[in-house]
Amino acid sequence: MVGKIIKRTYMGLIFLFLYMPILVLIVFSFNESKSRGHWGGFTLKWYGELFRDPDITKALYYTFLVAFLSSLIATVIGTISAIGIHNMGLLGKKVILNVNYLPVLNPDIVTGVALMTLFISMNMRLGFTTMLISHVVFNIPYVILSVLPKLRQMNRHMAEAALDLGATPFYAMRKVIIPEIMPGVITGALMAFTLSVDDFVISFFNTGSGVTNLSIIIFSMARRGIKPSINALSTLMLITVVILLLIINKRSTKGDELIP
Amino acid sequence: MKNKSKYLAYPYVIWMAIFIVIPLVLVLYYSFTSGNIHDPGSLKFSVESYGKFFDSLYLNIIIKSFWLAFLSTVLCLLFGYPVAFIISRAKMKHRGLLLLFFLVPIWMNFLLRTYAWMAILSPNGFLNRVLEMIGLPTLAIMPGQKAVVLGMVYNFLPFMVLPIYTVLAKIDKNVLEAAMDLGANGLITFVRVILPQTIPGIVSGVTMVFMPAVSTFVISRLLGGGKELLIGNLIEQQFTVHRDWHFGSALSIILMVMILISMAVMSKVDAGNEQGGAALW
Amino acid sequence: MLRRNIIELRNLTKSYNDTVVVDAINLLIRENEFITLLGPSGCGKTTTLRMIGGFEDPNDGDIFFEGTRINNVPPYKRNINTVFQKYALFTHMNVYENIAFGLRIKKVPNDEMKKRVQRMLKLVDLEGFEKRHVDSLSGGQQQRVAIARALVNEPKVLLLDEPLGALDLKLRKEMQIELMDMQKNVGITFIYVTHDQEEALTMSDTVVVMNNGVIQQVGSPVDIYNEPENRFVADFIGESNILEGIMHEDFLVSFSGRKFRCVDKGFSKDEPVDVVIRPEDIDVTSPEDADLQGVVSSVVFKGVHYEMLVESGDFEYMIQSTDMQPVGAGIGLKFGPEDIHVMKRGSDNEK
Repeated sequence: MVGKIIKRTYMGLIFLFLYMPILVLIVFSFNESKSRGHWGGFTLKWYGELFRDPDITKALYYTFLVAFLSSLIATVIGTISAIGIHNMGLLGKKVILNVNYLPVLNPDIVTGVALMTLFISMNMRLGFTTMLISHVVFNIPYVILSVLPKLRQMNRHMAEAALDLGATPFYAMRKVIIPEIMPGVITGALMAFTLSVDDFVISFFNTGSGVTNLSIIIFSMARRGIKPSINALSTLMLITVVILLLIINKRSTKGDELIP
Repeated sequence: MKNKSKYLAYPYVIWMAIFIVIPLVLVLYYSFTSGNIHDPGSLKFSVESYGKFFDSLYLNIIIKSFWLAFLSTVLCLLFGYPVAFIISRAKMKHRGLLLLFFLVPIWMNFLLRTYAWMAILSPNGFLNRVLEMIGLPTLAIMPGQKAVVLGMVYNFLPFMVLPIYTVLAKIDKNVLEAAMDLGANGLITFVRVILPQTIPGIVSGVTMVFMPAVSTFVISRLLGGGKELLIGNLIEQQFTVHRDWHFGSALSIILMVMILISMAVMSKVDAGNEQGGAALW
Repeated sequence: MLRRNIIELRNLTKSYNDTVVVDAINLLIRENEFITLLGPSGCGKTTTLRMIGGFEDPNDGDIFFEGTRINNVPPYKRNINTVFQKYALFTHMNVYENIAFGLRIKKVPNDEMKKRVQRMLKLVDLEGFEKRHVDSLSGGQQQRVAIARALVNEPKVLLLDEPLGALDLKLRKEMQIELMDMQKNVGITFIYVTHDQEEALTMSDTVVVMNNGVIQQVGSPVDIYNEPENRFVADFIGESNILEGIMHEDFLVSFSGRKFRCVDKGFSKDEPVDVVIRPEDIDVTSPEDADLQGVVSSVVFKGVHYEMLVESGDFEYMIQSTDMQPVGAGIGLKFGPEDIHVMKRGSDNEK
């Protein structure tokens, strides 16, 4: 009984710690006053301002555009490469997987500056393209790492059975292999998308020419003084995240598979 | 089939060479040279950048980075292990939901979460206003090391909890009963059976917290207010402000090597556990 | 041979969310006995075992160990050890450390510990396996480690929860014999749980047949097989022909439209009863000099015998015989008074 009370209290405090900052942001998103410490009455004006602010809307646009494109490209390249890697010899597989692991294991800042060094050495102008490429670079490994286990689980003879029944290799891949590994592909794509939306460090070093994303704009604002419309944005993002997660959780009992 | 479909990986091999291997080689190259980076002809071999580490200013920053990251990792372990334990022992139907709500914050933008702590901890922030209202003295946590550590713990706690939870949830209930059956009370069962079996989870949790903590420049920048420079800030400044790619590259290499060493040590711990569980007793 | 009682269950009851799993059972377990709890899955046998081990708290009733009530004694303080269903070995330890686990907790000196572990390794025939990782062992070897790990603590009672369930048939037969030998060698009480009636009959001194959380019958394997007390036991143990009949007086029963002499007595006059005849007790004869006549409706070869279904009146008899009769043949069925087992008509036992 006592143990139960201690457990509940402990979890309560941890959840308070996790959610307090977010709750504070939400409360202040309805605050008339611009000050963070002062309550000036209820308002919805920051929500309106959020969508009129050209910096924020542009950053939002680039965030989701880059996330969408990079996760799409990474999923296609990653899935095809995973099938190739799966069928390689032991040594080749080992080497490729180790190199593939580098962006996952390396600190983001090292990946970020290394790519920046490359782009500048190749005389590429930092901007949308470089940011997109850098996102694809760090997304592919995650796609490969979530597709490979599915390939390993797959019955080795399944592809052979398809060929035996008269399928061309391409047909076998489309109708047999891809559907079998689909859960891994989807997990990988979702991971790539969320990592891309959330990324700051790598984007920070590999963008320019006025192309920003959400993280970059929050970083620069946080140093200069935040616009309260960022509070409104946090509220909207939290609501979106909670709704999405609840839907995912409802749809699959194995919901934790989708959480990276 | 087998022989042909391996070619599907070849384009990615080229991709990896260009975007993963070459950039790291470039960083290594710049770290061992000096001169004007925009004039390749002027570059010559030099270990000058590595020599700068023995400058006490930089050495202190590096030591501080590792110390704060270590501190945050220990705190995450201390606070996170019980969380993982409690969730893994919760009723099956509550488990998923508890885990979900534990993880919701990490799906929020990382910068937003850190910014939220600024709003709470800054001298005129939420916390001090509340303290003033109830007549208590205000706190000067931010900017400072305490705020940086707090930010690290806040942001990386889930990375500690998740792997430990995964391992804990996999432990067969019968194994715990077997320990009790053989005379182990709750504490001995924990020390002799549960803890050794969760070491792989702890190792990956520690790695997943320590790595981003030691290399961060956002948390130290925002919550340390520019006074608490870490190795991440140092690297960032070399590439954005000082344009000293050589030193920045050398710092990156040092960071990578030190992380590799810590990871090797951690995997030793993991492997050591496999063989001689009794040695810990 | 008078043996002391070591465990007594009195009115023991366990329910989960209003579902009664073990329903007020009473049972005496003697020292040095090999006793088996037998029943279909969900009959409450494992729950009963877990209550004895201390892993489940009874809702009602008491458990006595050598005369002391142990309801509130935690598992780690009971002088009882368990061999778990899937062994539950500690995968982070080698064979030696698994077996030494309990001794280390009791702070047994190193020398003695070594000796006792060695003795156990010898008992379970795993000498030389000390340093092996438990994951590298076969199912049968893991099973032996689990037994050694429990026995090394010298418990007075060993609980075994379907310990052979994960092994293949041949290994299971071997382990059955080994377990019986071990029980004789160490001379302690084994409480064994299984759903395999053959295993129960082979190994036990006493079999406890359970169904729906209720004990159906307690007895020696021979008694259980030959004198089932009710329809459930007759049906669960071996193959049976179970017919409805009337007990007219002592030693006279009627079923299938005929009166038969039997060896049972003690029923009230004209009491409705269940009658059991084992398939191997029915002889096949020519229709003329038989008790009953019937037509063979199917024949299956089973190795040692043929299994035939014979329609006689409105009942289909199962007969096991080496004398094969073709489908469609008219044959006679013959059985003696001692082959007829009369049981009280069950009230709620045929669920």
